[in-house]
Amino acid sequence: MTVMLSTRGLSKSFVLHLRDGLRMNVLDGVDLAVAAGECVVLSGPSGAGKSTLMRSLYGNYRADSGAIWVRHDGAMVDIAAADPRSILAVRHKTLGYVSQFLRVVPRVPALDVVAEVLLTRGVGPDAARERARSLLMTLNIPARLHAIPPATFSGGEQQRVNLARGFIAEHPILLLDEPTASLDADNRAVVIEMVRAAKTRGTAIVAICHDADVRDAIADRLFAMSPYQDAA
Amino acid sequence: MNDPTLLSGRGLGLRFGGITALAEVDVDLWPGEILAIVGESGSGKTTLLNVLSGRIVPDSGVVWYRDPAGQLHDVHVMPAPALRTLHRSDWGFVHQDPRQNLRMSVSAGGNVGERLMAQGARHYGDIRSAALDWLAQVEIDADRIDDLPRTFSGGMLQRLQIARTLVTHPRLVFMDEPTGGLDVSVQARLLDLIRSLVTRLGIAVVLVTHDIAVARLLAHRIAVMQRGRIVETGLTDQVLDDPRHPYTQLLVSSVLSA
Repeated sequence: MTVMLSTRGLSKSFVLHLRDGLRMNVLDGVDLAVAAGECVVLSGPSGAGKSTLMRSLYGNYRADSGAIWVRHDGAMVDIAAADPRSILAVRHKTLGYVSQFLRVVPRVPALDVVAEVLLTRGVGPDAARERARSLLMTLNIPARLHAIPPATFSGGEQQRVNLARGFIAEHPILLLDEPTASLDADNRAVVIEMVRAAKTRGTAIVAICHDADVRDAIADRLFAMSPYQDAA
Repeated sequence: MNDPTLLSGRGLGLRFGGITALAEVDVDLWPGEILAIVGESGSGKTTLLNVLSGRIVPDSGVVWYRDPAGQLHDVHVMPAPALRTLHRSDWGFVHQDPRQNLRMSVSAGGNVGERLMAQGARHYGDIRSAALDWLAQVEIDADRIDDLPRTFSGGMLQRLQIARTLVTHPRLVFMDEPTGGLDVSVQARLLDLIRSLVTRLGIAVVLVTHDIAVARLLAHRIAVMQRGRIVETGLTDQVLDDPRHPYTQLLVSSVLSA
């Protein structure tokens, strides 16, 4: 079993300076390990810190203490201590993140939004767009929409463009934040299939997923989280 | 090369009379990297840009530039003609007001071709076809090539300035509020253009902006300035999504989202 991602004593709090320095403790000594080909779903009530953990794993939030080890290029990199350029390199090649909402770039057509990662990796434009096209079709985004910037798409369509963008690069580690929240049953089934295929490829996956059916279909195990308990 | 750093400012300090314009500022830039400098008016962003590009000499500190041969140059000690050559070739400067850079009495094509000629290009046909190519890249119709810039809209002028700057394939471009003062729709087009050109050509950029959305869209790293100091720096999305310094928290929370 190859561990692809693990945390040791990961803690995270937020200090709100505009609220008189109010301190919000969210993560307290989280230990998590995810192996290649495994999907771990974070579970727990709202406010348990699932999204905070996910964003910390991606290096989007900065950990206060603890380590986040990611297997990158055969070595372990600590995201919690890495400099910005190293984090960008890890994200580029190893660590993919599908957020709940697509951040649209003005004027860029859906097809290029999806193909972008491959293009930045040096894949030829034709091959990259062909791969993007087929992934969008798999996610039931019809060809007539491919040339249109997704700003005007529905929530479900944007989420599917975002999924295509997240899956196209086949990162060895994938973080999925509510990947099916805005999707109908047919498209949920497509996403379940994509996650299964990724696991078969050996992708390590961490997901947040409130939909019980999807969770049961993709999770190898649950990682239970509960709201931070202040020491009495 | 062990240290690929393209541009490095160390311990930069500058005072204008009793006002601290810069204090203890350290900046590093790698090839192909886009660094945004954000902060409110008067925070020292533009002063820093001018110091990094050799246009203002700081009271203390040093700015190094590594040329394509790997040679390091102290930007503030190098002879003026050498600095001018750098500004005409390896470097580019995009001003908020394109009129500062463009020659308003010279045609659009002439404005683009002039920088090539300054680099020694002499063949008229080559210069004109390079100008045409760059006008197309910044989405200016070929039939406007002989028109004077004063007949252009603000957004077109800014795009012309970008063509004039990038035609010599600089390795490093300084940008001062490149989308400031433009309509939102024009801004979006310009941002997309800057983003795709800079990525495709692998140009390093120091970008000064007060607009956090612009920084998020374009920059790999961000430095937040307040009263002449860098109060917070890091990966763009980290600093904007998980701001730590009180001033950064204020800056991020003050943005209206559409």
